[in-house]
Amino acid sequence: MLGIRRRTFAGGVYPPEEKSHTEKKPIEEMPPPTTVVIPLQQHIGAPSEPIVKQGDQVRIGDRLSEPQGFVSVPVHASVSGTVQKIAPLPHPLGDQMLAIVIENDGQDTVTDAIKPDENYLALTPDEMRQKIKEAGIAGMGGATFPTHVKLSPPESKPIDILILNGAECEPYLTADHRLMLEYSQDIFNGLKIFQKILNVKKTYIAIEKNKPDAIRKMEEIAQGNKEVEVIGLKVKYPQGAEKQLIKAITGREVPTGGLPMDVGCLVQNVGTAKAVFDALRWGKPLYQRVITVSGPGIQKPKNLLVRIGTPFKDVITFCGGYTETANKLVMGGPMMGLSQYTDEVPVIKGTSGIVVLDGKTSPTVEPSPCIGCGRCILTCPMGLVPTTIAQYVEAKNYEMAKKWNALDCIECGACTFVCPAKRPLLQSIRLGKYKIQTLNKKAG
Amino acid sequence: MDKLWRVSSSPHILDRDSVPKIMRAVVLALLPALGGALYFFGIRALWVTLVAVVTAVVTEYLIEKLLNKPVTIKDWSAVVTGMLLAYNLPPEVPLWIPIIGSVFAIAIVKQAFGGLGFNPVNPALAARALLLASWPIHVTVFNTPPRGGTLSGIDIITSATPLNVMKQSLQVLKNVDAYSIDKVNKASEAIIQLHASYGNLFWGKVGGCIGETSAFLLLLGAAFLLYRHIIGWHIPLSYIATVAVLTWIFGGSNGLFSGDPTFHVLAGGLILGAFFMATDMVTSPLTPKACIWFGIGCGVITTVIRLIGGYPEGVSYSILLMNLVTPLLNRLRPKAFGERK
Repeated sequence: MLGIRRRTFAGGVYPPEEKSHTEKKPIEEMPPPTTVVIPLQQHIGAPSEPIVKQGDQVRIGDRLSEPQGFVSVPVHASVSGTVQKIAPLPHPLGDQMLAIVIENDGQDTVTDAIKPDENYLALTPDEMRQKIKEAGIAGMGGATFPTHVKLSPPESKPIDILILNGAECEPYLTADHRLMLEYSQDIFNGLKIFQKILNVKKTYIAIEKNKPDAIRKMEEIAQGNKEVEVIGLKVKYPQGAEKQLIKAITGREVPTGGLPMDVGCLVQNVGTAKAVFDALRWGKPLYQRVITVSGPGIQKPKNLLVRIGTPFKDVITFCGGYTETANKLVMGGPMMGLSQYTDEVPVIKGTSGIVVLDGKTSPTVEPSPCIGCGRCILTCPMGLVPTTIAQYVEAKNYEMAKKWNALDCIECGACTFVCPAKRPLLQSIRLGKYKIQTLNKKAG
Repeated sequence: MDKLWRVSSSPHILDRDSVPKIMRAVVLALLPALGGALYFFGIRALWVTLVAVVTAVVTEYLIEKLLNKPVTIKDWSAVVTGMLLAYNLPPEVPLWIPIIGSVFAIAIVKQAFGGLGFNPVNPALAARALLLASWPIHVTVFNTPPRGGTLSGIDIITSATPLNVMKQSLQVLKNVDAYSIDKVNKASEAIIQLHASYGNLFWGKVGGCIGETSAFLLLLGAAFLLYRHIIGWHIPLSYIATVAVLTWIFGGSNGLFSGDPTFHVLAGGLILGAFFMATDMVTSPLTPKACIWFGIGCGVITTVIRLIGGYPEGVSYSILLMNLVTPLLNRLRPKAFGERK
């Protein structure tokens, strides 16, 4: 296919980037906390079942649970110590979920199950997938879909393009940026593993142009690999969303209701690539990850390597605590992140960052009626009409909301960001999607 | 738990633009044309505008107080309505005319339907239609000399509006046999003069309503609105292009393609209407594609009224009529990402 490819997608918004607070700060390792809270579900799919009980001694890397079925992954101990309790506790994805609380003995004893393997590339794809599953890896960009499942496309959907996602289009977040600078070789090795599993040659590493140093670094690492191309993308939100990324790079449009594999593509986050390399090369399960802690509500913004299960409040204390104006606690970026009612929730596998906002950056607004400006339509990366869908949902007309493709919404929040009447469009659409799905289930 | 944090649905940051900011920008964009009106028509243009604006704002305030609704005059939308109404009136109109117009625009067209966002048609244009139907003489006083003179020192506006001259002259030229030679000669003379007056039309040295004379000053404001992404190009471009093409084809006296599109684009309220009134967010369609259909519809109706209808000018009625089509155009669902049609 010839012709000029636009390295972006239609629609999108330009929120303030706010990356300067942390983009120059090297990843710092945070000392493990006194207790960790490890929820049994940190992925999309079936929750895992605990295989330890109260009072058990565990070491770093010990498996704590048994995955239930194919679309499920286990969790591992991120500190050494004693299992204090297994109880329902606040979960950053909402509500309470069963979690294993471990009291840290301060010894950092590592399990002997962790064994390096120099010849990891000699493993068969199936062995690799098995190891990835055992390491508990789920998509680290935030969607937390089990990685081994994503790496098992059916034979009817051959993959010919692999995309490594380093776009990091959310404001404030710089964790992937720092990972690409400091662990570029690990990420590249992870990419090689993906290539082997999928038997794919053509690979793109996609990075927004506001990270020129990361683009250069990845280009250096990829040098001599003709099949790997580093792509600088237009800085625009949501450039890192899977479907938009594929469109920008390949021109292919994932059909409505479909998956990237329907157009022969597979997207993996750079953090996931590093986790996969760590699992295969060093035998390390996923018990720590890099997060960005930033926002006007944080005293000392940082990029941190933290143990999974570290409560937010410990992370924030390590970053100098809250500022006086802090008034909203968000897991993830400010566009798609989830606001938290308590800082007792733990860092999980899908935590890309903790952003604390203030009243100025995240004001409480009073919505006024839609004035029909059409900006939500111009910005919707999925080509939807958010205001119309929201109006149908508000009128409880879910049938029409569905007809207007409510289910295609990727919940990026661009419509709500630009709405001059400050209408909570995405909130309504989300409710509509939920209602449509529950009605479908009832009918089905 | 020591502290419970405020929670809400994402996104957690919002763009700074808001409805009041948009309305204020529209007011700002309308100001150059008011300056032009002051220069060409004299201080009277300012009084008419002020009366219309103040009445609109006061009416909105009183109604919302009366109905125990939140007072929304701070969103500046009533100011925009008042200004647009005044811009559609001749400068020498009696001052009770803008008062009645503004009260009708705000009380009936806007608030009776639920306020900003719910009005089915453009309030200012609906008010103008009411005034034109009820007091046709008062709102078409284009031939009164400006009281107190003008800054420009010209009283060009004491003549009939260019569109009027065009309409009457064409009438004569199309039925040459029915008129005396003298009349026919005068009509062709008048048309030649109109053709020679593009400069006047462009800069605003012509008779007409307060806001519609100077194409240049209106375009200045429109450029600002385009730059601020408050209006899109879809409606103005499709509207003006439709008028230009149709008047070129059908607007002349020597058969097809003898019309004068430049004249029709610059004269009358087309520039004001296309950039400032057809683009009214509430009453124009949502999607870019529907906006293009909307503009074409406005253009067709305007041309039909100008060339065939009883009025010399058709901009306001064309927009009003298309406003009523907007809900239909809003049912055109655009193709979604990844959707195959």
